[in-house]
Amino acid sequence: MTAATADVSGQVVTDKPAKGRRSDRSRSEVRLGWLLAGPAFVVMLAVTVYPIIQAFFDSLYSYRLTAPADKHLVGLHNYVVVLSDPVWWRAFGVTTFITLVTVLVEVIVGFALALVMHRAITSLRGVLRTAILVPYGIITVVSAFAWYYAFAIDSGFVNHWFDWVPGIDTNLNWFAHQGTSLFVIMASEIWKTTPFISLLLLAGLAQVPGDLEEAAQVDGATWWQRMRKVVLPNMKAAIMVAVLFRALDAFRIFDNVFIMTNGANGTTVLSLLAYRTSIGRLEIGLGSAISVLLFLCVIGICFIAIKLFKVDLASARGER
Amino acid sequence: MKALSTRMRVWWVVITIAVLVWSLLPVAAIFATSFKLPSQLDVGTFLPKTWSTTNYEQIFTGSAKDLFLPALRNSIGISLIATAVAVVLATFAAYAIARLDFPGKRLILTTALGVSIFPVISLVTPLFNLWRNIGLYDTWLGLIIPYLSLTLPISIWTLAAFFRQIPWELEQAAQVDGATPWQAFRKAVVPLAAPGVFTTALIAFFIAWNDFVYGISLTSTSRARPVPAALAFFTGASQFEEPTGAISAAAVVVTVPVVILVLLFQRQIVSGLTQGAVKG
Repeated sequence: MTAATADVSGQVVTDKPAKGRRSDRSRSEVRLGWLLAGPAFVVMLAVTVYPIIQAFFDSLYSYRLTAPADKHLVGLHNYVVVLSDPVWWRAFGVTTFITLVTVLVEVIVGFALALVMHRAITSLRGVLRTAILVPYGIITVVSAFAWYYAFAIDSGFVNHWFDWVPGIDTNLNWFAHQGTSLFVIMASEIWKTTPFISLLLLAGLAQVPGDLEEAAQVDGATWWQRMRKVVLPNMKAAIMVAVLFRALDAFRIFDNVFIMTNGANGTTVLSLLAYRTSIGRLEIGLGSAISVLLFLCVIGICFIAIKLFKVDLASARGER
Repeated sequence: MKALSTRMRVWWVVITIAVLVWSLLPVAAIFATSFKLPSQLDVGTFLPKTWSTTNYEQIFTGSAKDLFLPALRNSIGISLIATAVAVVLATFAAYAIARLDFPGKRLILTTALGVSIFPVISLVTPLFNLWRNIGLYDTWLGLIIPYLSLTLPISIWTLAAFFRQIPWELEQAAQVDGATPWQAFRKAVVPLAAPGVFTTALIAFFIAWNDFVYGISLTSTSRARPVPAALAFFTGASQFEEPTGAISAAAVVVTVPVVILVLLFQRQIVSGLTQGAVKG
């Protein structure tokens, strides 16, 4: 250990006080680091990587629990079956539709709520934040029941309240048609998850330099111009991260659909299809193939977001 | 702060009311439904005509007791254990990530991120099959293990962000005074880190409490079935009766404590969910 290296490293690494025994220290640091972080790392891998590998392995077999002795290798045949079945593509279409619509609405509503929280006059700030946070604490299944009962033809009040809207009357059965079913499903999903997105956007808003906006205001920029030229460009990273996280979450939608329609009237989503195949019909081989395909879809969304939209997750999530 | 014009004041009141209606109406709706008489469920009004606690009696002492009470016990027990295990593991990991310099930090954070976006349903099929073979199907442990895939990643991220903001001079001071890194961690850091750990535990608990996919897939009886899954299997008092009232009452029972927690700790939850979430 020479003085020269200590000087060089002293300039670069300023937060290491013990320069003298660097190599000893760093070796024990590496050991301690892995000792502390290792268990969490191993558990994470054990609960996800192992099952997905098992799923891939199972997906290569014709394997149903009703006839376990019949298990035999079929290669990629299950994937051919799934991908050539219109049921898969319909579920894929519905899932994609739900993802696109809910994320779009949530970004707009979430941004509006974030602005409200950001600008709120002090006396109202607490009330507003509390109210906005309430849906976050509600179990998704409870939210699904709340929205379902509100719209249900027998117990609901929506038909009575909104019978002046063209197309809505007391005989409208929201859960008998694809469009209206999806409307309620998406409403519940949006209601439940918008708080999360608006909190992420609020954190992004707080990062917009206030003097920059003030300067624009002094220069006579309208509200819309300030939003478009100053606020939004400075929030790009926050918006992208929020969109990606919500898109991945929305793509897994299951609870709301299961409770409200259980996939009836063209509302089957991919997660529900996987659930029905494996748990409902005990077709482990086919179900595993759907699980693996769903996993690949999620990877695909990530890939598109990171390569096309250059979402830097690591830096955006706070890693230096 | 300059005085607000009357017009602005009116605008803020309107906005606040709109936000309150949007956020609270669905909760109020299921709350109102839970107090309706089973015979008056289809009157189509928002508020009950006669307020009655029949539905609550049904889930606590009546016919739905055997469905609801075990589910409540399962949900509380399983979620608490899954939270505790995740927070303990994550505390060690996040300390290492925030504080120590070692290769693989990035790998651990990236893995946590990858796990948190994992489609839950993709894990259900293999686990369902495996659990049936090794006897974990329909047990608490059989849910606690997969719940770690939900609670652990977010705990690591949130805690790592919290730990980065702790004034570490104290730890260094302890080390200068001759404490080992482990002692410095235990004596100087843990008290400072406790608020972050608590917030993380709260967020992780909400996530475990919210689970439905694992709950319906990996259980079959009241032995381990948590509340959200049990709600989906509620039946009416007779086969001609919709379980609407009982489900609403049960939903209110599991919602009220969580909403109180959210209200009490909203400041911490907001900072926990956004800590280091957006730094770009």
